[in-house]
Amino acid sequence: MPITTADVLACLRKMADVIHENKEYLTELDSAIGDADHGINMDRGFQSVLKKLPSVEDKDAGTILKTAGMALVSSVGGAGGPLYGTAFMQAGMAVAGKYELEAEDLLAALDAALKGVVMRGKANLDDKTMVDAITPAVAAMREALGNGAGTAEALEQATAAAEKGMKDTIPMLAKKGRASYLGERSIGHQDPGATSSYLLIRTMAEMTRGKE
Amino acid sequence: MKKLINKPEDVVKEELEGMALAYPDIIKVHLDPDFVYRADAPVKGKVAVISGGGSGHEPMHGGLVGVGMLDAACPGQVFTSPTPDQMLEAAKTVHGGAGVLYIVKNYTGDVMNFEMAADLARTEGIRVLNILIDDDTAVKDSLYTAGRRGVGTTVLAEKIVGAAAEKGYDLKKLADLCRKVNINGRSMGMALTSCTVPLAGKPTFDLPEDEMEIGIGIHGEPGRKRMKLKTADEVTEMLALSIIEDPAYTRTVREWDEDKGEWVDVVLEDPPFKAGDQVLAFVNSMGGTPDIELAIIYRKLHEICEKKGLKIVRNLVGRFITSLEMQGCSITLLKMDDEMIELWDAPVKTPGLRWGM
Repeated sequence: MPITTADVLACLRKMADVIHENKEYLTELDSAIGDADHGINMDRGFQSVLKKLPSVEDKDAGTILKTAGMALVSSVGGAGGPLYGTAFMQAGMAVAGKYELEAEDLLAALDAALKGVVMRGKANLDDKTMVDAITPAVAAMREALGNGAGTAEALEQATAAAEKGMKDTIPMLAKKGRASYLGERSIGHQDPGATSSYLLIRTMAEMTRGKE
Repeated sequence: MKKLINKPEDVVKEELEGMALAYPDIIKVHLDPDFVYRADAPVKGKVAVISGGGSGHEPMHGGLVGVGMLDAACPGQVFTSPTPDQMLEAAKTVHGGAGVLYIVKNYTGDVMNFEMAADLARTEGIRVLNILIDDDTAVKDSLYTAGRRGVGTTVLAEKIVGAAAEKGYDLKKLADLCRKVNINGRSMGMALTSCTVPLAGKPTFDLPEDEMEIGIGIHGEPGRKRMKLKTADEVTEMLALSIIEDPAYTRTVREWDEDKGEWVDVVLEDPPFKAGDQVLAFVNSMGGTPDIELAIIYRKLHEICEKKGLKIVRNLVGRFITSLEMQGCSITLLKMDDEMIELWDAPVKTPGLRWGM
């Protein structure tokens, strides 16, 4: 069964809930190696996304995701705004005009999101950023689909890879973003951006469970 | 947390409303998207100088809007970069037909948001150039970091560039001037306490009673090194020598190339200070440190500069680029030439800085 635009909207709503539930946690992570506002900013951003959704209820998946992206750019602020905004806008461009998404469409969207993040923020793997969670997630999803897995299973694999990528940031030395000013003091702390990325990918998997 | 605020989520909005009421002859305030702009904008034929950044650093940037300094300032949430829609609307409001210069502090978020804003403004037919300020010597290299942060030199650049815009410099000449100010300025900061972001409700980090953080930024983020408290003279020496003994600093930044119509990498090098240089000495309170302590710091800074053969030709002492109520200070030294001295002396009328008019 393909993912419908109703599913996309439901997923965005669930993402807003998950971010809201994890607001303090993300902010705590950002206190250790940042300026203590990642959770606050992301929560504000997704609340702004929620406000925009009614106006795109009947639109295609591309428009919905681009609208979400633009809402994030103008409300998250910081580095997260341009990065997540670009991610969702690029994902939207990858599925422009579609009302039903197959597994390959989801992969294309996630891949476009990652490419957008890398283009905008210029982070490499092991810089201790969201890229360290999203890159393995995309690779795992591609491999799972290549092995004949369905959408739900592929997203589960992506989530597991994202979780590992997120945890792998703990011993990393930050080379991008505010954490990089701490030098070696950034080691031993999980990256907040990798954490929020994992949570969003996990939400995609949760919402897709049983859709096969 | 003990603050004189109402609801934490209303802090920025209420601040802007208060400023508009306090300085109606100097500035106006636009809400949603938020920005502060000079009351007489747009000034026809003049390049519009716009900056911005997270709130919490007042008077920078909103308090530095007015004649002879910024045309507009875009305030983000506390310690959070403003968003492109703010800079775009500000540019459209203060654009005088001669283009816009965005003065951007080198933080990942600021850089990306101002780049996106510049791209958007260009699609609306507005010429925009972005110049970065990256003067913080606490960050030693940019190979494995996001690069030096933009701190004290930002205030000096806004004054010098603002004066030059008032004098009629065109966009390209103004960008060159801003770049020159950036490569000739160096800073270093320290903190005795952390600060509390209203929406977070507690201090960003814990600093024991007998310790201090050296090499802080301006967002309450921890610094490079934590150590036991020292005297004002010892702290001043650490900060000043970090600046004065900083070797030549090279890095790559991204700027817009108008001819190519794309973002290009530009290599910049800060020359080191040397005996005989004329400098502007800037001693800045992080917000909670009183004037009595700033004077003590300046006393030692003056002595160090003399010993190192640096001639202080101008100075600035006070609260200009702060981190809410953080106790601490930053020092900035800017190598001055005749052009910069004349522009520094030019009249300015903003809520936070005012002379000559």
